Amino acid sequence: MILGAGPIVIGQACEFDYSGTQACKALKAEGYRVVLLNSNPATIMTDPGTADRTYIGPMTPELVEQILEKERPEAILPTMGGQTALNLAKALSEQGILDKYNVELIGAKLPSIDKAEDRELFKQAMKKIGLKTPPSGTASTMEEALVIADQIGKFPLIIRPAFTLGGTGGGIAYNVDEFHEIVDAGLTASLTKQVLVEMSLLGWKEYELEVMRDLADNVVIICSIENIDPMGVHTGDSITIAPAQTLTDKEYQRLRDASVAIIREMGVECGGSNVQMAVNPVDGEVMIIEMNPRVSRSSALASKATGFPIAKIAAKLAVGLSLDQIANDITRKTPASFEPSIDYIVTKIPRFAFEKFPGAKAELTTQMKSVGEAMAMGRTFQESFQKALRSLETGLDGWSLPKNWKRMTRQQVEYGLRVPNPDRMLIVKQAFEDGFTKEQLFELTNIDPWFLSQFEGLHETEEWLRTRKLADLSAEDFLQTKKRGFSDPQIARAVGASPSEVRSRRKELGVVPSYKRVDTCAAEFEAETPYMYSSYDGDSEAAPSSSKKVLILGGGPNRIGQGIEFDYCCCHASFSLRAAGYETIMMNSNPETVSTDYDTSSRLYFEPLTVEDVLNVIETERPDGIIVQFGGQTPLKLAAPLQEALTNNPIPAASGEGNVRIWGTSPESIDEAEDRDKWYKILTRLDIKQPPGDMVVSEQQALTVAQKLGYPVMVRPSFVLGGRAMEIVYTDKDLKRYIENAVEVDPDRPVLVDKYLDRADELDVDALCDKDGNVVICGIMQHIEQAGVHSGDSACSIPPQTIPEECLDTIRDWTTKLAKALKVIGLINIQYCIQDNEVYIIEANPRASRTVPFVAKAIGHPLAAYASLLMSGQTLSEIGFTEEPVLNHVAVKEAVLPFEKFQGADTLLGPEMRSTGEVMGIDKTFAKAYAKAAIAAGQKLPASGNIFITMIDKHKQDVIPIAKKLVELGYGIVATRGTAAALREGGVEATEVLKIQEGRPNAGDLMKNGDISMMFITSTGNEEDVRDGKNLRRLALALKVPIITTLAGARATVQALEGMKSGPLEQVPIQDYFPAAKELSPVEFAA
Amino acid sequence: MEVLAQTPRVSLASFGNTAASSLKRPVFVPSTNGASPAPWAKKDARLVLEDGSVWEGRAFGTQGTALAEVVFNTSLTGYQEILTDPSYKGQFVVFTHPHIGNVGINFGDMESEKCHLGGIIIRDLAASVSNYRSTKTLDAYLKEQGVLGIADVDTRAITRRLRDTGALNGVITTDLSTPVDDLVQQTKSWSILGKDLISEVTCSEPYEWKDTTEHEWEFNPAVQEKGELFHVVAYDFGIKHNILRRLASFGCKLTVVPADYPASKVLEMNPDGIFLSNGPGDPSAVPYAVENVRQVIGKKPVFGICMGHQLLGQAFGGETFKLKFGHHGGNHPIRFGPTSRIEISAQNHNYAVNPATLPDDVEVTHINLNDGTCAGLLCKPKKAMSIQYHPEASPGPHDADVCFEQFIDMLKAERAGAVQAAVAA
Repeated sequence: MILGAGPIVIGQACEFDYSGTQACKALKAEGYRVVLLNSNPATIMTDPGTADRTYIGPMTPELVEQILEKERPEAILPTMGGQTALNLAKALSEQGILDKYNVELIGAKLPSIDKAEDRELFKQAMKKIGLKTPPSGTASTMEEALVIADQIGKFPLIIRPAFTLGGTGGGIAYNVDEFHEIVDAGLTASLTKQVLVEMSLLGWKEYELEVMRDLADNVVIICSIENIDPMGVHTGDSITIAPAQTLTDKEYQRLRDASVAIIREMGVECGGSNVQMAVNPVDGEVMIIEMNPRVSRSSALASKATGFPIAKIAAKLAVGLSLDQIANDITRKTPASFEPSIDYIVTKIPRFAFEKFPGAKAELTTQMKSVGEAMAMGRTFQESFQKALRSLETGLDGWSLPKNWKRMTRQQVEYGLRVPNPDRMLIVKQAFEDGFTKEQLFELTNIDPWFLSQFEGLHETEEWLRTRKLADLSAEDFLQTKKRGFSDPQIARAVGASPSEVRSRRKELGVVPSYKRVDTCAAEFEAETPYMYSSYDGDSEAAPSSSKKVLILGGGPNRIGQGIEFDYCCCHASFSLRAAGYETIMMNSNPETVSTDYDTSSRLYFEPLTVEDVLNVIETERPDGIIVQFGGQTPLKLAAPLQEALTNNPIPAASGEGNVRIWGTSPESIDEAEDRDKWYKILTRLDIKQPPGDMVVSEQQALTVAQKLGYPVMVRPSFVLGGRAMEIVYTDKDLKRYIENAVEVDPDRPVLVDKYLDRADELDVDALCDKDGNVVICGIMQHIEQAGVHSGDSACSIPPQTIPEECLDTIRDWTTKLAKALKVIGLINIQYCIQDNEVYIIEANPRASRTVPFVAKAIGHPLAAYASLLMSGQTLSEIGFTEEPVLNHVAVKEAVLPFEKFQGADTLLGPEMRSTGEVMGIDKTFAKAYAKAAIAAGQKLPASGNIFITMIDKHKQDVIPIAKKLVELGYGIVATRGTAAALREGGVEATEVLKIQEGRPNAGDLMKNGDISMMFITSTGNEEDVRDGKNLRRLALALKVPIITTLAGARATVQALEGMKSGPLEQVPIQDYFPAAKELSPVEFAA
Repeated sequence: MEVLAQTPRVSLASFGNTAASSLKRPVFVPSTNGASPAPWAKKDARLVLEDGSVWEGRAFGTQGTALAEVVFNTSLTGYQEILTDPSYKGQFVVFTHPHIGNVGINFGDMESEKCHLGGIIIRDLAASVSNYRSTKTLDAYLKEQGVLGIADVDTRAITRRLRDTGALNGVITTDLSTPVDDLVQQTKSWSILGKDLISEVTCSEPYEWKDTTEHEWEFNPAVQEKGELFHVVAYDFGIKHNILRRLASFGCKLTVVPADYPASKVLEMNPDGIFLSNGPGDPSAVPYAVENVRQVIGKKPVFGICMGHQLLGQAFGGETFKLKFGHHGGNHPIRFGPTSRIEISAQNHNYAVNPATLPDDVEVTHINLNDGTCAGLLCKPKKAMSIQYHPEASPGPHDADVCFEQFIDMLKAERAGAVQAAVAA
């Protein structure tokens, strides 16, 4: 049995889909029957064909026990599912469940897990093998923590809670006040109520080594990683490179010896581990920071960086193979018992989402806050670093200040260099431009001088370029600039030309990239696996074939609004088209994913997803088709410029069958759905209704439109992703504030002002359409939260629960009409709204949407695979998918939100998407499916106790039936004065309690005393209400009291409570819901 | 025993105090229209291989022309140890790791008194040095040592070529006037085969060695337990200092003798054991060394490393052959037969012993898992063992340090046997 990692959260992203999928595949190949538990439907791992028995549901010890009872596995592999799986394994072991069912933990045993997680045990273990750890002490109370702080003697101090994800609740305290605050949060966050107070090693160099051990006690190092950001920033938030660059052999071997000793001492019998170490730049002193006795995000990075598949090998080691018995997949001739040597530099840069969490400080500490990462390879550090920056898709075309960069004052620059933050690299750039010396930069940042001189080299090159005109640049100038990683747009900006002018001049001079292979051995042996990156060193090893082939553009770094769901789609495209006889070529820059596994596609290009880089690959490979629909906004944004380039300069396909073209829905159709004017025209023509609204280009116009529509109105920039900067405004004042603060409005950047449909139901539809215009609805999802909450943050249900059939028919009709009108080939996602039985369309996206994997798992059909085949020219009837599936069960998706990582941010749901992941519950009834989804999402659904209710005026009447139901189910009701009065009037008994600002004892006190087991709270969104409510919500979050912030959510939650009480929740594998689905799953084809 | 001359060692003073100074600034060449110069130097060096390929790059280190066999090394760390390893005599090393020079040159990581290789070929020379122990830049050190360097060439392409064609001769030159054809001719005028390079790197006089691995860098807890002292005579075929340090750390008092030092004189010293060092080139080019080995085996416990292993193989009557492109790196897996344990090893050799040609009493104890070649021998009756690779590491992993312990165990057993024999007599 393999335990997955559950939903994507900060600190645990799709790297665990990569590891879990590799483990499932590897163990099945070894002849094992694999049982999988994972609550995350958006994974390749939970495809019905990946494991033999797949349970998509809550990951609790009770439910695991149920599965153990049913499946009787011999062993559990807990090292592939991150901290979630380790914590679950720990609980199972401690509760005696493993013993009861005679199940063995393989990969890591309980004592290893404990030793790695318990700081005190870890320190003792290190001391035993002669290694140093930073002076520290473990505290279970504030008093103990203060004593330790006193003993260490000086600030800053690092506080790390035991047993948490991505360092949740940890931080660096520079003074006593901060110390109190962080220790408090840490004690709450820790599962064992322990925090470690530790000497700060701020400024020390930070390294990670990826270690593997087999049951025969052979140990190898897969990769060394050096952090550019010195100690003080969580390694997940640091810019890191591989291999380490600033160590002599003696120093490196010392770290290697330490890592080998650590994996042995910690008792990791076999598998991968990650050891983090700090090195004092002044005298080389080494301190051990921590080790993870499991595969981690760093192992995913190390795998992609070296070509060594750590998770796959770890799974094989867990069932008893030794490293020398496993072949190196890349060379095929040499064994896996070696240490990869690489002849390029890998840079990983994290991607942040601070803009989503107003109130949270954009500063980096030991608590991880990034939501994704991009990786790039280059022959030199400079090349790889600049490629990684442009892979991030944050508007950078390399290490140059972006056009809209607001120049900082000297004081701001110094602060920004001293205090790590997401923009620090750009501030370093401004500092160079402002004349800071390397020495000054070292003083302020502690970034190793070797890196600073690399940056200086880049800065000098850019300064020089600025003195040149495009025509001045010789072939050698181009080549040298490109070797330093400069992109065409970067050169264009410096020399005052357009990127396309730069491109054509460069090609005229014969300066084109050459592709090098990732081969694990620095070219010592021939690479059998075409895994490539671009460089500008002479010799290209791409060796493209003349097969029929298709290029799939991936989704780039994870961000909120674009994550694993899109990687899932890209993988399915690759699997299904490979099975259909195409050579598939994947292009992506995200190291966490299954799509960037070298064996997912026929060929892999680990490259930034920019027009320049994609065109380079197209010109090299000359594929028959390009798929831009599956990677989310990233490739979709590229569709128009790629189409333009292909129209201007048609490229014959390498297969000899016509020209290279973009497959699926045409870029013009995509544009039609996105361009407001064209969109209005289509809707008018098709007689489809949408909420009244208009596009405005000035504040005055916005006010006029809003007044005409009547408040509340929904406002958003015209081109948005994941609901960026979308808001519901209720007054002129709010609207003015929005226009002034949130967005810049001008004729180039219009803002949409739409009537907000209050209390409307929102629905999502995914449909497939073939080249002949046949349309099949895949699934209609009803959102639990009403319109106004971003669809990505809202729970939803297939099939819809409360929507009249005639409305659904309207939706079916409109979906079909619209798909035909847009000439969709492949997938389309449409969002609708229903108010008073009146259907309105909100938007349409003629591409794979976030919901595709969920719908696929809910209905048992691989939609992305079907869509790929449709794009390749097949029809729906050829595929055998001709009717909307009718379900005998209910599948519910729930979103998972990262509020606990962002101190100071409010927890209210709104039109701006902030969830990082999702879970699924599936059962015969909605109530039980929703209960499962809620539990899987981490909601502690209480079996008894008091429910605290505080509603805004307009919800006070609506909450009465909900409260009645709660009383019937045996819960007590606690409410604030107004709500309590309304409830009593409605005949519900409620205990009155003070709001926090009304005095003591108040709702907060009750919560702290454990007298409240769940909270229903709604907000008007106005300033006072937000401020008052926020304190309660943050408190509930800290105390892990479940919070429901919408009326609809409250209604659904009561149903879930009812479902939970109506009988035990039962886990059924996905294969039993869809006995035929296994044959449909394309993962099999990839093996 | 003779009074032994102390070998000259590089002293700290000779480095001056140019701690971590930055390298020369890029040479700015005026551009065509007189605008500001480009921030990269002109290509002013060439590498020409005997297959006629020409690789233009930028010179560093010394100026001039040199001819050698080109090999590639895949180590990620330890360029300084490689530069000063005498086994690279007669060779140019292509470093597959793209950034070389990052940590400068320091006093403690020397493997001999000087650079022995003919030149180095790299992708990128570090623009500055970052390491607390560094006392000078790579560029300055190569200038001082008279060694050529060429940077900014596609080292991966060269490596792939060498992998496919086998090791090739090459010329590195900063003389841009010589026609390529002449340079190709030069590469063909010389062969490393059958060339005695050992005589160029061995010491001239016997000397004593006492230095152990410095406490700060000691990694093996086993060394502290070795209380007993043994006298070992080490044949210097181009010995790396770290072999001497490791043997000393395990309790050996060492007498290092030149490669052609007569076996009879070694045996006269009545050492506890004899060590055969690593060294450059073709073992078949030094029949005198094979003869010396032949005379000592069976009489004293013998331990050979690399060249020492090949000489021992030949002394047993076995044959050696040249590998296509050799083994040079820090990541090769070796299986130790008796326990099946895998060691990740440091490698640097172009020749290997053909195990089929060895007598029956010699067992192959170690196998290179990448290509199945023989990586270690043991002849129990003659108390001789050898390792084809580098248990002393430096650079490279320490996994094979246990080989020194095994040799010490052999010395102990021999001593115990002698005591027993004496008692019995």
